[in-house]
Order: sequence, then C-alpha cells, then structure tokens
Amino acid sequence: MIDAVGNPQSILLLGGTSEIGLAAVEAFASDRPMRVVLAARPSQRLTDAKARLEARGCAVETLDFDAKALDTHASVVEKAFAEGDVDVAIVAFGLLGDNEEAWTDGAKAVELAQVNYTAAVSVGVALGDRLKQQGHGSLVALSSVAGERARRSNFVYGSTKAGLDAFYTGLTEALRPFGVTVTVVRPGFVHTKMTEGLKPAPLSTTPEAVAEVIVHAVRTKQELVWAPAPLRFVMSALRHVPRPVFRRLPL
Amino acid sequence: MTAAARAGCRLRRHAVASVAWLPMTSPASETRTLHGWGRTAPTVATVITPRTPEEVAAAVKAAGRRGIIARGLGRSYGDPAQNAGGTVLDMTGLARIHTIDADSGVVDLDAGVSLDTLMRRALPFGLWVPVLPGTRQVTIGGAIGADIHGKAHHVVGSFGNHVEAMTIVLADGSTRELTPEGPDAELFWATVGGMGLTGVIVRARLKLHHVETAYFKVDTEQIDNLADLMDRQTRDDEKYAESVSWFDAVTTGEHFGRGLLTRANHATLADLTPKQRRDPLKFDAPQLLTVPDVFPPGMLNRVTGRLFSELWYRKSPTKLGAIQNITQFLHPLDIAGEWNRGYGPHGFLQYQFVVPLERGDVIRTVLERMTEAGQVSALNVLKRFGEGNRAPLSFPKPGWTLCVDIPIGPGLNELCEDLDRIVLDAGGRHYLAKESRTTPEAIRRGYPRLEEWRTVRAAVDPAGVFASDLARRLELI
Repeated sequence: MIDAVGNPQSILLLGGTSEIGLAAVEAFASDRPMRVVLAARPSQRLTDAKARLEARGCAVETLDFDAKALDTHASVVEKAFAEGDVDVAIVAFGLLGDNEEAWTDGAKAVELAQVNYTAAVSVGVALGDRLKQQGHGSLVALSSVAGERARRSNFVYGSTKAGLDAFYTGLTEALRPFGVTVTVVRPGFVHTKMTEGLKPAPLSTTPEAVAEVIVHAVRTKQELVWAPAPLRFVMSALRHVPRPVFRRLPL
Repeated sequence: MTAAARAGCRLRRHAVASVAWLPMTSPASETRTLHGWGRTAPTVATVITPRTPEEVAAAVKAAGRRGIIARGLGRSYGDPAQNAGGTVLDMTGLARIHTIDADSGVVDLDAGVSLDTLMRRALPFGLWVPVLPGTRQVTIGGAIGADIHGKAHHVVGSFGNHVEAMTIVLADGSTRELTPEGPDAELFWATVGGMGLTGVIVRARLKLHHVETAYFKVDTEQIDNLADLMDRQTRDDEKYAESVSWFDAVTTGEHFGRGLLTRANHATLADLTPKQRRDPLKFDAPQLLTVPDVFPPGMLNRVTGRLFSELWYRKSPTKLGAIQNITQFLHPLDIAGEWNRGYGPHGFLQYQFVVPLERGDVIRTVLERMTEAGQVSALNVLKRFGEGNRAPLSFPKPGWTLCVDIPIGPGLNELCEDLDRIVLDAGGRHYLAKESRTTPEAIRRGYPRLEEWRTVRAAVDPAGVFASDLARRLELI
C-alpha cells in the first residue's frame, strides 16, 4: 500500500537495468526499505543492482524479462504480483538507436518501434489489468520530450515515444476509476549510458534528478511531469515554432 | 425518574416483525473510492450495504480474493475501513436499536448504530454512553473494532470494557455470540481493538451509565506552560470523571505548551439553573453547518495556526464549576459537519501515541521536534490514560497520550519517522484508528502481543477473508 504521505512498500521495475529506473527505485528505497522486483534480461548490471538495493535493506527479486518477447509479458507481470501487491510499477525499458541507421534500415526501425512502443503497450495492458484488480497503485511510464515534436536528428526514437506517450496518457484516464494513478514522465536529455557520446541538449539532466521528479510525482499523484520541470514551458513554446524556424534551431 | 417510571419507559421493538418488511432482493452494491477522515491514500472497492446479519453473512461468503472488511462512518483517519480491489461492507444499513433497559442500563443494538443516535435515544432514560471520543459520528462496530477511548478513560477505561456481548459473523459465514468471560473470551478480546479483522460485528449489548442530567460541571484552567499543565493533570485527575487538555503547539519560549486543562463531572439536578432543570436530559448538540469542499491546501499555516492558538487559549480563562452542555464540553467540532475539508485536498494526518507515565518527557521532545520542523498543528490533545484492558491490540495503556493534527506537506514524512523512533524507544505505541503512515516494524514493537492476536485471528480466519488496506500496509495478517 502507498501510505498517507506517499511511501510505497513495493516497486516493480520493467527494464530492471535502466539507469533512470534504478535511480528511481533507489530514491524510493532511501526513504524506507521496500520489496523490489527487477525485471530484465540477466546481466552483471542486474546482479550489481540487486546487490546494491539489498545493501539498503530491500528484499529484491529478479525476473527474466525480454521486451521483445511479447508473448511472455503477461506471465512476467503475473509473477511480479504473485508475492503481494505492487504499489509502483515503472516502465523504463527502451532503445535510443542511431537515427540515421534507423530511418534507412527497416529492421532497425522496426526494432525501435517494437521495443519502445509495442512492448510498452503490451506490458501496459498487462499491468493495467493487474492494477485494476488491485484497486490501487501507481504506474509510471518513461516517455521523452523527443516525442513532443519530432526533430530531424532523433525522429525515429521520437515517434516511438510519441506513441508510448499517447497510450499511457489515455491509460491514465482509463485506470483512474479503478484507483490507479498513471504518471507519464517526459525527461529531456539525460546523461546515461544510452546517451554516452552524444552532444547534450540544453537543460540536460541526470538519472538521479529524473528519479527525484518521479518520486515526487508518485507521492503527489501527478499524472504528467517533465524533467527538469522548466522543460514543460520550453516544449510548449517549441511545439508552436514554425517549421522553417524549427529546422534551423540547433537541436 | 423513578425506577417504576423507567421500567414503564422500556423500549422494545420486534426485530422479527420488521424483517418481514424488507424486500427480498440482494443488497445495494457499487464501486466506490474510499478514504479515511484524513482524506489520504484513497483506494477503490466494491461497497455493499447489507440490511440484515444474513446479508452480511452472504457477502462474507461471496468475498473474492481481495477479501472483505466492515466500514462504519469513516471516522478513522487512515485506511482501516478500506479494502483496495476487494469488498467493503457499509454497516450503516444495520442501524436498529432493539431494546433499551432503563433500569439495568443495558442496550441491545445493531453494530451500524452511531453513538450520536444511541445518545439521543438513551438520554431520555437517564442513560449515558460512558466512552465518548471526540466525535459522536462513530458506529458501535467501529467503536469496538478500534476500542475507542474518551476523556473519561482514566476512570471508565475504553469502549470494550462496556460491551457485555457481541454477535459477529465469522469468515465461514457462521454467526457467533461472544462475551468477555465466556468460552470465546479470547476471540471477544481479539475483536475488541481488532480493527474488524476477526469478523464483522453485527450486534452488541452495551452497559450504559445512569446520569441525572446531560450537563457537565466543568473546571477550566488556563495554564501557561507545558510542565505545569502536565503536573496539574497528574495531581488530582481522579476527582473528575472527564479530563483532557488542549495546548498551543505554536508558541515557543517560556510559554511553550501553554494550554487549557478542562475537567468535569456530570452535573446533578441541583447544579442546574431552573431553566435547565425543566429539561435536564436535553440533547443539545446541533450541527450548524457543513464545511464545503472548496479549501485550497495550506489553509493551516504558521500565521493561521498562531492566530487560532491565541484565540483558543484566550477564549477560556480559568473558571471553575461552569455548567456546559454536550457540544460545549465534549464535541465542539461536531457543530461543523465534514470539517476535515478545511485542510484542503491533500488531506492531513493525525499523529497519536501513548508513552508510559514515567516518560512524560517525550511529550515535550515531540513538540519541540514538530516546532523545529516547522509543522503546525492546531488541534493538540493531551490526556493521561488509566488502566488498559485485556485486548491484545487495544491502544490505551497507563501513560500520556498525545494527539496532533498536521496537514500533509513537505517534510512531514521525515518528521513522523523521527517521532516514531522517539515514541517507540520510550516504550510507546501508535493508535491504529489514527495511523496512516508508519511501518509494520513500528506496530510490532508497539504491540508486543501482536503475535498472540494473530494466532487467535488465524484460528477463525485461516484463509484471510477479512482484509483491509491497513492490514496489508502494516502486515497485521
């Protein structure tokens, strides 16, 4: 259960090695130890993350989860709920890909679309079903400002996040009558392994800062947040910039 | 009133005749979002409103995987009367007073009857509900389930002490009558304070007290610091039937913890004015307004908190022997319906704990921590408890109990975690009817007999049919 001041007792991270996702789990766990389920493909990073959280006093369970294996999603979610309620579920897996490769190579484009959009929708449906039965809980989806307006430099990734964003925004309304809060998080440029070597965009941020935004959003039941918060106004303005100007912006 | 007249007034209703009136349909059922009086942590459940014990039993038997819990008038601050994804029984549909025996003071009534209704019906017979909390909007089932206490605790104990028998519906749908000393005494005392997790209380027999009037003879003392306030309360509380103090948690410095000690005895006929004597048992407790749900968060802040505390302190200079009615003395907040809305949409929490008498220093420490953290509480109540009862999960035990209301906001979580440590280290514990945020560990430490309670509970509900958000959050079951 999430208590009166917003402390959850259990958390499920889909994309169990996502830097932002793990930072969020650690931020929650730093207030109070909790039950954690990390769903990801087995890897050294996953083992390390488990050990780190256990050192904080959390009870950690890992589940083998492959975003591309769509037909396994329902059973992975089922297992995550088997040991008790899941108070917070974070959908944090995703690929950035190389934009030039992705818009010219069909297989690459489809891979991005499948992981970032199709798989996110698939787990969203499974999570929605379980949370609905549970009658409470919080579902967090990591979107991106890249989905708010497609840029030449990053539009394949952006298109997948636009799809995810629309799906989870709609899911927010669909699950509301069942006592479930869905939060769509739109980070800007985050310094992670995924963005290593890329030129940071203005207002770039860190996984820890995004994690703080997520924790605050869950505690206060916000449904749509930007990280960092001022991006909300920047993106509001950028959405209305005429194309001839927009394409000249150094983004 | 003479004994003969009282006997003549005996009120009897025939339950059987009334049952035939009820339509033979299944009870109303709807999906609803529920929260406690603090308006925090809402969850969604299927709410069923049974009209008879049989309908309660049917609903218990039909409960799904997420279980079932009874709910009264929703005055618990946290989440004991909500059950996310499961079933919640709205017990206010079972609201009949079966008999009132004016001589013995024994009342036989349904669990959904409120203390307000009971008082209105019993007072004309000169009968007084011995345990009254800060509100009358509490059902009998809730009063037993939380083993509530009032300003008279140091003399009369908690609600469970006045229950002669109760009927509960168990997890298998069967019905059992429990008494405090009978063959099921263990289950009786596990149900007292058991937060509805042993079964659904459907009916009870209570023993009320006899009074001559519905008025109190009140001594109010304005005391300008905490140490003196506590000292006064320690010295001669036994002379009074009711005793409580309110204090100011905003003012710092030498007047830190200044407050009002109000203590009273039931007024006798001789104490009343001729006008009051014409209707000595008058139930004078109006609800004058309902607070609208329009307040933004932050209504209670340092400025309004200071203002309120100043006015509240100044309004009652020391005065001995004043005659006050029920509202003036017991339930000033009941004048305003839904007053919790005044705290705004984020809600608030009430932090109530008890620490042993010898650890009265904790009260001061807690207040200092609150002031340091910049948290403002306007409704601060301090009382000295008398002896506890046999119930493993009953809250009161000999000691000081402090209760503060704090709006939900930044820093509150950290403050409360800090207070938990102080309270538990002093051998104290939290009141489950107010609790909305602590850890399972804190409850295990505060209630050393939790395991004993669990064993009794598990014997009658091995499958965990009775479940609530509170039970899940604090791992009670």
